[in-house]
Amino acid sequence: MRRYSAFAIAREGARYHTGWERAWRSPKPKKKYDVVIVGAGGHGLATAFYLGKNFGITNVAIIEKGWLGGGNTGRNTTIIRSNYLQDPSAAIYEKARSLYETMSQDLNYNVMFSPRGVMMLAQTHHEVRGYQRTAHANALQGVSTEFISPQRVKELVPIMDINGPRYPVLGALWQPRGGTARHDAVAWGYARACSDMGMDIIQKCEVTGVNQAGGKVTGVQTTLGEIGCDKLAIVVAGNSGDLAGKAGFRLPMESVALQALVSEPIKPTIDVVVMANTVHGYMSQSDKGELVIGGGTDGFNNYTQRGSFHHVEETVRALVETFPIISRLRMMRQWGGIVDVTGDRSPVISKTPLGNTFINAGWGTGGFKSIPGSGWAMAELVAKGEPGPLAAEFGLDRFREGRFIDESVAAGVAH
Amino acid sequence: MSTRLAQGGRLIDRSKAMEFTFNGKRMTGYAGDTLAAALLGAGQTLVGRSFKYHRPRGILASGSEEPNALVHLGEGARFEPDQRVTTTELFDGLTCTSQNHWPSLEFDVGAINNKFSRFLTAGFYYKTFMFPRVAWEKLFEPIVRQSAGLGQVPKERDADRYEHFYAHVDVLVVGGGVAGLAAARSAASTGAKVLLIEQTNHWGGRAVVDGGEIDGMPVEGWVNKAVEELENMANVTIRTRIMGAGVYDHGYATGYERVADHTPGDGRPRHRLWRIRAKQIVTATGAIERPLSFAGNDIPGVMLAGALRDYIVNWGVSAGDRVVVVTNNDDAYRTALAVKAAGLNVPMILDARAEAGGPLADAAREAGIRVEAGKGIAKVHGGKKVTGVSVCAQAGEGASLEEIKCDAVAMSGGWSPVVHLWSHCGGKLIWDVEQAHFRPDPDRAPTSHDGAAFVVTAGSATGALSLADVMADAHAAGKVAGKAAGGKTSSKAAPEVAPETMQPIEPVWVMPQGAGPDKRMKMWLDFQNDVKVSDVQLAAREGYESVEHTKRYTTLGMANDQGKLSNINGLAILSDALSQEIPATGTTTFRPPYNPISFGAIAGEARGELFQPVRQTPMHAWHAEAGAYFEPVGHWYRPYCYPKSGETHEQAVNREVLNTRENLGLLDASTLGKLVVKGPDAGKFLDMMYTNMMSNLAVGKCRYGLMCSENGFLSDDGVVARIDEDTWLCHTTSGGADRIHAWMEDWLQCEWWDWNVYVANVTEQLAQVAVVGPNARKVLEKLNDQAGGGMDLSAEALPFMQWRDGKIGNFDARAYRISFSGELSYEIAVPASQGRAFWDALLDAGGEFGVMPYGTECLHIMRAEKGFIMIGDETDGTVIPQDLGLNWAISKKKEDFMGKRAQSRSHMTDPDRWKLVGLETLDGSVIPDGAYAVGEGVNANGQKNVIGRVTSTYYSPTLKKGIAMGLVKHGPDRMGEVIGFPTVDGSNTVVKAKIVSPVFYDPEGEKQNV
Repeated sequence: MRRYSAFAIAREGARYHTGWERAWRSPKPKKKYDVVIVGAGGHGLATAFYLGKNFGITNVAIIEKGWLGGGNTGRNTTIIRSNYLQDPSAAIYEKARSLYETMSQDLNYNVMFSPRGVMMLAQTHHEVRGYQRTAHANALQGVSTEFISPQRVKELVPIMDINGPRYPVLGALWQPRGGTARHDAVAWGYARACSDMGMDIIQKCEVTGVNQAGGKVTGVQTTLGEIGCDKLAIVVAGNSGDLAGKAGFRLPMESVALQALVSEPIKPTIDVVVMANTVHGYMSQSDKGELVIGGGTDGFNNYTQRGSFHHVEETVRALVETFPIISRLRMMRQWGGIVDVTGDRSPVISKTPLGNTFINAGWGTGGFKSIPGSGWAMAELVAKGEPGPLAAEFGLDRFREGRFIDESVAAGVAH
Repeated sequence: MSTRLAQGGRLIDRSKAMEFTFNGKRMTGYAGDTLAAALLGAGQTLVGRSFKYHRPRGILASGSEEPNALVHLGEGARFEPDQRVTTTELFDGLTCTSQNHWPSLEFDVGAINNKFSRFLTAGFYYKTFMFPRVAWEKLFEPIVRQSAGLGQVPKERDADRYEHFYAHVDVLVVGGGVAGLAAARSAASTGAKVLLIEQTNHWGGRAVVDGGEIDGMPVEGWVNKAVEELENMANVTIRTRIMGAGVYDHGYATGYERVADHTPGDGRPRHRLWRIRAKQIVTATGAIERPLSFAGNDIPGVMLAGALRDYIVNWGVSAGDRVVVVTNNDDAYRTALAVKAAGLNVPMILDARAEAGGPLADAAREAGIRVEAGKGIAKVHGGKKVTGVSVCAQAGEGASLEEIKCDAVAMSGGWSPVVHLWSHCGGKLIWDVEQAHFRPDPDRAPTSHDGAAFVVTAGSATGALSLADVMADAHAAGKVAGKAAGGKTSSKAAPEVAPETMQPIEPVWVMPQGAGPDKRMKMWLDFQNDVKVSDVQLAAREGYESVEHTKRYTTLGMANDQGKLSNINGLAILSDALSQEIPATGTTTFRPPYNPISFGAIAGEARGELFQPVRQTPMHAWHAEAGAYFEPVGHWYRPYCYPKSGETHEQAVNREVLNTRENLGLLDASTLGKLVVKGPDAGKFLDMMYTNMMSNLAVGKCRYGLMCSENGFLSDDGVVARIDEDTWLCHTTSGGADRIHAWMEDWLQCEWWDWNVYVANVTEQLAQVAVVGPNARKVLEKLNDQAGGGMDLSAEALPFMQWRDGKIGNFDARAYRISFSGELSYEIAVPASQGRAFWDALLDAGGEFGVMPYGTECLHIMRAEKGFIMIGDETDGTVIPQDLGLNWAISKKKEDFMGKRAQSRSHMTDPDRWKLVGLETLDGSVIPDGAYAVGEGVNANGQKNVIGRVTSTYYSPTLKKGIAMGLVKHGPDRMGEVIGFPTVDGSNTVVKAKIVSPVFYDPEGEKQNV
């Protein structure tokens, strides 16, 4: 792989950029691989990358029914944070966040990780107590966060109205090294690195069936023919239930649409990521100038990769109230992605009822921020056949045992 | 130079001049102008700078597809960036400034990027700015951010208001061109209820500019007649200034009405968001002209041919005096003829097709215009404006055959149907080889809940490009939609149009065909984002082969126009680079809205106080007058405390606690959820909902109940009262009332639909007051004494955990002997209409007993002193009743209840689960909210091991020390042990606390049971 650098750009500029190599190869599938990963999104590609990097396993195919990075990796609001409450979540999200810090250098691909800080507003007394609890938990988990005052919030985000008549800002949980990254670049950077290690990324190749013998997977049937494997990794957010069905087992998951939208591009006006859970909305500004906005999931199951308008309404309403100056700006584009969610809103990195098949799914709304940590943990599971400490708590068996990792922590509200 | 013509302009009123300013320069236009027409009329051809290279930008289009001419509009509280001049109606006093340059539009330092454009290709930023690591964060990204973005940010709160509007129709027709009018007419003829919306302020669309005859009359005459006809039909509503913004599932559509953009400050809402339910949607959205890709096609003065014609015909404005026309299709000849007819010069028509024949070419030649077939533009000359073009053979490599001086270029690469609304909800496209465009595939329309198509296209949006085809198609589409929406069969005849002869288009994606790399670097595809032919070819070379990869790698089509002008040209280049057919490449996804819509319109009236619905108890006004500090609880406002002047909240809360414990406190408990559950199967139902047995509760008695989720976690609690044989009243938490009501309905409607149970939420029908403290009985008896109420409130007649109906004073009351504070307490419900009077009466009568109202924080402290759990504090969705020592409230007799099975799972019965205890600091301080207790060592992930956490922590004014409740591993077995809670306030200290019983106050319950 020829390295990217300013010198390379200068060299190519002199010859009309005719010398750039392909970022990744586009090979025909081989008959058989050591590992077949279904799904060339961020999680699947990261799994492949760490299989190669940490375990030296490179006879790997990553097969993708559409275009690589085309699912939720290319549809999210690019937020990276690890200020989670429960220990297992904080561990894997912080691992991911720390890997994002050096990802551009590790991949020689600028993914534009931008630790501009993430704040989660507390707008009820109940929320204040909740985030104070998270701050305490984070301190013991090695995640750097603090609970900050409304005045500090205002200093960090001058365009925010902290004295709104309905939900004045009472403080915020602040993670200064949280931030954003360029989502597509994460997929492309991993793809380039995986291809360089000799792995095959096979796009426009849909899995139509799973071949089994004696309780084990022997390969997959695809639109490009049969592909054999010793181990199978299913990493297909949104379609996990569907593919698990083809492999003959069921998952405790539902697929729902998660929407996002952007404004027209404007000059920089908000430097940090703001999440306001009481009013249901979050916002940051991309390097290109668009305000990037998201909210909650739609309240019904769906595979369409689009969403309802009423959710957009709720989200925009919340943000106009929080940031009054955006009222005259305009929504340029709205879109949706399909996330799969579990009963406890935490992911699954797990063995499956099929001996040599593993699944990584159920990231719900937390998928992008976890990509490198998820890939790291999934690679270990696939390579060793048993989960390491990062994945240990995220097994499917937890639903049978009642060992939930509930991050919603919102079943109750104050009297 | 562009100028206002002496004559013409069907949309303007020359008797009404309007003053406006651009970059502070005073200019004049006419009523009926768009800002674009007025700027061109005033000779302003340079209006902005591009995103990346800061290249000079002029007006390219005449409609909403404009990518270049975006300005700052207005000032102060009416300032907005990125406003398209082509869709802005001129008004007197309008002010606007150009965007994205420094120090000025004419001289922009940022244009230095243009000099380095050779290096700043598509995606260059993915390949550099990586070393040293900190440089991206501290140096490069801040520079990128500052130079990106387009318009400036509004500084002030929006002065305008917005509203929503709902419409329910059989057929929604989007687009008021001749196709939309014809479709609306034929749809209406089936009897269907029709709504026709048009985004501009006038009817007729392009056809009026293009000319021709419909039903034997000039197009404009037919349009006027059709509008009049539709206005007079009872089943038809027609509205201008409404853009069809988005199409969603099941016939839902949004319309964006710009009510007062052209009359700012007149008191009307600025925008109105239409939320439309339609059985059928007809998209008569027309077509958009494509640019041609030749070197220098972005220089101000190069314009779409159709737009150039629009400015002449609609607004009497010429883009230049000498206009070179370059085309690959017949339509642009109409522009040449219009320019000629306006008395201006057309030095040459460059027709890239091998032959330039047919009636329109003949007409051009007859008008004295030189027509050159097989020719194209090698290069446009000029910097900030066009000065001329070099002519070349289309088939060659771009050797200049001739130089022509001109000040404008009209280009046409063909027309693409506007398929956005068709595609929003899943409509698919097919590539039409003959017409060289994607058009809707009628066999793969968006489908509704019943699997039937609910969107139909009409006219150019279908791909029909001649007037005769447009009218026939639109007329048929309207009938189809009307019929599908339940209308009757209509025999209305289609409008008659004589067919015309057109020569076929020849696709031209690069001009000239063999252009070398230096030329391809100057051919713009996306004019705003500075994406050129060479960029797309680079993306293909580097393996970004999917059209989505190319889009994202190059930013093609990601600008404000969302690729309206660039997408088709870009994917044609990509297909060529990949040596594949255009359909194999496909398109990117069309997403709502069609054009950007204001956030204000989406938010509507929901702003400020009314941002969310407000719920107030009958006593709310009293609380407000008393100076209560409110906290939001769901949509309710509840008094947190009632500070007296000079008091802090903390002091007020302490006073309220002490007074209630010593004298008499009143709590407005009206927000408490109150659900009536009634029916022959109500007992059975409640036995499933609650962990306790409720079916055996005696009439007249109360029982504290717990509700769990299917997963066994505690979700709500409250006192249940048995009212009569088949009626129970279930109290829920204030925040939980609606959720629990919905939860009950969910089970009754989806699972146990055959059970005879009804649930009614009567929360707002009843005002409820907790009368609490040693003097509680006295004040109520005084009310009875004063007004002769009959209810016996003695401990014998109304014992603890019972209720009675009757009169207290003059009030119709239901009194519950229940206590959440540990004191003698009555919770008394009266009809909401009597709530305020009852509250006043209690305060009045309570004077001698030391009455004081108290708020939610006092409530919290008193319950914590008493060791009562609070949903949301002791519970968080991970806690089961057994963790809280509430086993006594879990029936052992019942076969089943919600959560029973879950609570038997291995992790739920794990003896290591954290259990509820009380915590007392060694020094009397208050443990910080949310603190965790640490154990020994770290876990496998390097995180400190924790053994418990605080769930509620307060200063107890009663006990004069900090008290807390918490969940601790093996807690109840460790009474007296001391555990440590590290703080996070930066002091690096650990708060030491002793494990004690959670009941700090009156453990025997003597006070409440008197």
